[in-house]
Amino acid sequence: MSTMPFKAPEPETTRGQASIGKAVKINGQIYSKEDLYVDGDVEGTIELQEHRLTIGPNGKVHSSVKAREVVILGNVQGNVDASDKLEIRKDARLVGDIKTARIIIEDGAYFKGSIDIVKPEPARPPGSPAPRPPQAASVPAANAQGNAVAAEVKR
Amino acid sequence: MITERLRGMLRRPGTESSPGAAVLTPGHSSSATKLFDREIVSTRPSRGLEQFFAYLRGQAGLSILDLAGASQENINFITNLGHRLYSEDFVRSLDDIFAGDDQSNVSRIDQFLRQTLNFGNEEFDGVLVWDVLQYMAPALLTATLERLRTIVRPQSYLLAYFHSDEKAQQVPFYSFRIKDQQHLLLTQRGTRKPAQIFNNRSLEKLFKQFESVKFFLTREQLREVIVRR
Repeated sequence: MSTMPFKAPEPETTRGQASIGKAVKINGQIYSKEDLYVDGDVEGTIELQEHRLTIGPNGKVHSSVKAREVVILGNVQGNVDASDKLEIRKDARLVGDIKTARIIIEDGAYFKGSIDIVKPEPARPPGSPAPRPPQAASVPAANAQGNAVAAEVKR
Repeated sequence: MITERLRGMLRRPGTESSPGAAVLTPGHSSSATKLFDREIVSTRPSRGLEQFFAYLRGQAGLSILDLAGASQENINFITNLGHRLYSEDFVRSLDDIFAGDDQSNVSRIDQFLRQTLNFGNEEFDGVLVWDVLQYMAPALLTATLERLRTIVRPQSYLLAYFHSDEKAQQVPFYSFRIKDQQHLLLTQRGTRKPAQIFNNRSLEKLFKQFESVKFFLTREQLREVIVRR
């Protein structure tokens, strides 16, 4: 029989990532180079270069959010830019515009805003030439990204 | 106790009721989601839906407004066509803002329109209205249609559904999910009391500010309506 003292396991949601607890309120800009779990109040901007942002069930975010992957269980009021994937879980609430490659929304989630699906550019094999810029000078560079652009096309 | 009429609805041929289908409680009218632990799901063809997307065929990058709230199926279908989707849960906002109060209250109507149909300068190339209009009292409905008319581009289309049983006290309240261009997945979330019941003539009158109205009557006593701005 082990004599080691019992240690409760860390919650799944906060393991191996920075965390903002539910009693914390932050006004300002957050940049992170690791995964971040927000269960408190944030007003400002949140930017995670290549990482995952999770807004916990108690999280209240009034800011624009940018990350590789965003998971929302709480309340977000602001635009969300998730370069890879956005998940809006049951009972979550998001009011804002979404730009992402993939979106998963569970029944019971509330969402108000627009959704732009932006397909990631296919990876080029090493040594292959860079794609040529568009011929027409008036066409913005973003036009290479399919749906993102298509959203600007007017009838 | 389940009324015979509702029992018949649950057993409708062609529907795929989920096991242990919800128990309907007569006498309740509002906030249908609270009435049900489970949902009743059925698939049905929709000429209106087919027609709506036929009008959009060959185009991409359009702005489509879905008033049924966000669902994975509708997001996938519309964004896969290359369109931008705007989402708003009209019925939820209706319940939140009016909460059983008089829908003719001018300040509440104004609040409702600000909360639900305020998209800045955005104009839409199509609106999936579904069945929400029938839950609105005349003053709110008129104001909502006027706002919809201003945010929809000329010659664009609205797709709306109305129950056609003029004697109905309660009608099934659905969430509409697009299975494919011709089929809808209807998830019944309960029943609601319609604020108004429309026939073809009253629908024509309702949409008199719009260019044209086209009807499809279905077996399920749902009238599908395509309205051209």
